[in-house]
Amino acid sequence: MSTKSKSIETKTDFNQDERLKKVSKLRLLLNRPELGALGGAILVFIFFGIVAGDTGMFSAYGVLNFLDVSANLGIIAIAAAMLMIGGEFDLSIGSMIGFAGICIAIPAIYWGWPLWMSIIFAFSMAVLVGYFNGILVVKTGLPSFIVTLAMLFILRGATLALTRLITGRTQVPGLRVLIEGDPLAWIFATDTFKWVFTWLGSMNLIALRTDGTPLATGIPPSVIWFIALAIITTWILMKTRYGNWIFASGGDKNGANNVGVPVGRVKISLFIGTAVAATIFATIQVLDAGSADTMRGTLKELEAIAAAVVGGCLLTGGYGSAIGAAFGALIFGTVSMGIFYTDVDTDWFKVFLGAMMLIAVIFNNYIRRKVTESK
Amino acid sequence: MSDYLVQFNNISKFFGKVIALKDVTMKLKKGEIMCLLGDNGAGKSTLIKTLAGVHRPDEGEIIVEEKKTIFDSPKDALDMGIATVYQDLALVSLMSVTRNFFMGREPMKGPPFFRTFDIEKANKIAAERMGQIGIDVRDPSQAVGTMSGGERQCLAISRAIYFGAKVLVLDEPTSALGVHQASVVLKYIVKAASQGLAVILITHNVHHAYPVGNSFTVLNRGKSLGTYAKKDITREKLLSMMAGGEELNKLEVELQEMNRSSAN
Ligand SMILES: Nc1ncnc2c1ncn2[C@@H]1O[C@H](COP(=O)(O)OP(=O)(O)O)[C@@H](O)[C@H]1O
Ligand SMILES: [Mg+2]
Repeated sequence: MSTKSKSIETKTDFNQDERLKKVSKLRLLLNRPELGALGGAILVFIFFGIVAGDTGMFSAYGVLNFLDVSANLGIIAIAAAMLMIGGEFDLSIGSMIGFAGICIAIPAIYWGWPLWMSIIFAFSMAVLVGYFNGILVVKTGLPSFIVTLAMLFILRGATLALTRLITGRTQVPGLRVLIEGDPLAWIFATDTFKWVFTWLGSMNLIALRTDGTPLATGIPPSVIWFIALAIITTWILMKTRYGNWIFASGGDKNGANNVGVPVGRVKISLFIGTAVAATIFATIQVLDAGSADTMRGTLKELEAIAAAVVGGCLLTGGYGSAIGAAFGALIFGTVSMGIFYTDVDTDWFKVFLGAMMLIAVIFNNYIRRKVTESK
Repeated sequence: MSDYLVQFNNISKFFGKVIALKDVTMKLKKGEIMCLLGDNGAGKSTLIKTLAGVHRPDEGEIIVEEKKTIFDSPKDALDMGIATVYQDLALVSLMSVTRNFFMGREPMKGPPFFRTFDIEKANKIAAERMGQIGIDVRDPSQAVGTMSGGERQCLAISRAIYFGAKVLVLDEPTSALGVHQASVVLKYIVKAASQGLAVILITHNVHHAYPVGNSFTVLNRGKSLGTYAKKDITREKLLSMMAGGEELNKLEVELQEMNRSSAN
């Protein structure tokens, strides 16, 4: 085939009257969607380095603290970014977090299931919810914004109603004792690299408690999950066929469909991705807190979308990056914790979040025009 | 045995009460450029969508290489070597040249379960293919949105040929292009046909169709006004057969008169 059509050549030069545009290095760099978020993250660190450099913010304990917050948000922001690149939104992420929490807690506490079984149950429910979101959007052609807004209410309502029905309250405590010895729970509940911190402590390089153990005990599981997810999703987007399909489905679903991309399947899988990410988030937090709260995750979907947008995702789909969303989450996490170390009232955090998003949207829009503008 | 590659026999297609096509018959040989002409709304796109697997004809049959064929999906048609380049080109302007070229048919490398999109190979092929038609893609990772309309059209056609098209269906490939770019695209189409592809070229511009076409089918309000070999019909006759052709002739006369009076 390749030899057959090799001689199809018309050596007419388009450049005669097309005024070849020089692609500058800067322009190539600007084509990377995560550039803005990376710059933003660097600025944030410089800022706090100056105003809070001598506080505890950059101690081992302080760093792990803001990394933990960033990582939790990052887990759902990455999934939200993948879905946005695929051209859709999921507003039910926050409600899914609450729902997944009680899917773990109620079977484990009230029905006597082993913890691992409850966790698997929660993830199965997540796959179902994600599949349902996806199939509804794909089959009806309705905007995912509306479909998942409905799911936001349905899931949160069901979480509250079912929990009150079964337990008579809105919180389910008592999980912590079940973690020990569970074959699955440790994946979501273990601090890693403890020896590093013990060693640092013994060398008196990091802060210690009064009993001599280090204040920062290890890398929290959220951070490990976050880094792993960021690497895997970036690899998927850049290096796999499925990644190309995600960009194509979000960029132009009819076009993609016409050349044989299974757009529906791609979108459904991405909705399953956000629901599963919400469940990872929920599992880590529920095991950490030892209890499930029906209101857990409220408004998290908006923070996740905000981080994805700051990370370079376009609201129209087809463009963005997972690593950008990770930087976006890092910015939000760092600022939300860092603000405690400054004299600034923490109320200002939301103002910052909103302003960041606005700047990001304007910046992204400019980039999109640059990237797509026709000669 | 007939030497037709594709035959449409008495195709009809209805959208509710709208009769988009009625009893349309059209035959196409290997290496032939068949121009499908007609005004907006004549049913040109609908006809080729029955061949592309987008619509199923309500009446009539499509015969591809002697076999009566029913396409359930665009993929079915693609698998039979029928490649359609739509007006929207099926290009994603935010994606790179390479990613567009191989969209849905990415070359893979690596062991099972770790198979990855072979971006290097894809870049090489895309740049090579675009180079063959005189488009210098120095950076195949540049977004398609930065290309000109003619370049995009050629990318879409080149992609279809690369993936082994036997029948190339082009829906209004020149309608959005300037004169120079349109002529480049038309030249490329002629080359493709000379390699043995059958081409269906849809247009409502007789001046684009006439120089390159071997035969011409004119659609008018869902019905075929017949198929004519080039030697049997003039450009003027084709123009007047298309709805609005008369009006354009009249307009031409009027304009000439205006010119004459203003010259005085
Ligand atoms: N999917 C559809 N549903 C309903 N009507 C349609 C559809 N597609 C085309 N039509 C109608 O069929 C007629 C022919 O359209 P089309 O094939 O697009 O014309 P052309 O490509 O020649 O401009 C038009 O009247 C159009 O409105
Ligand atoms: Mg049309």
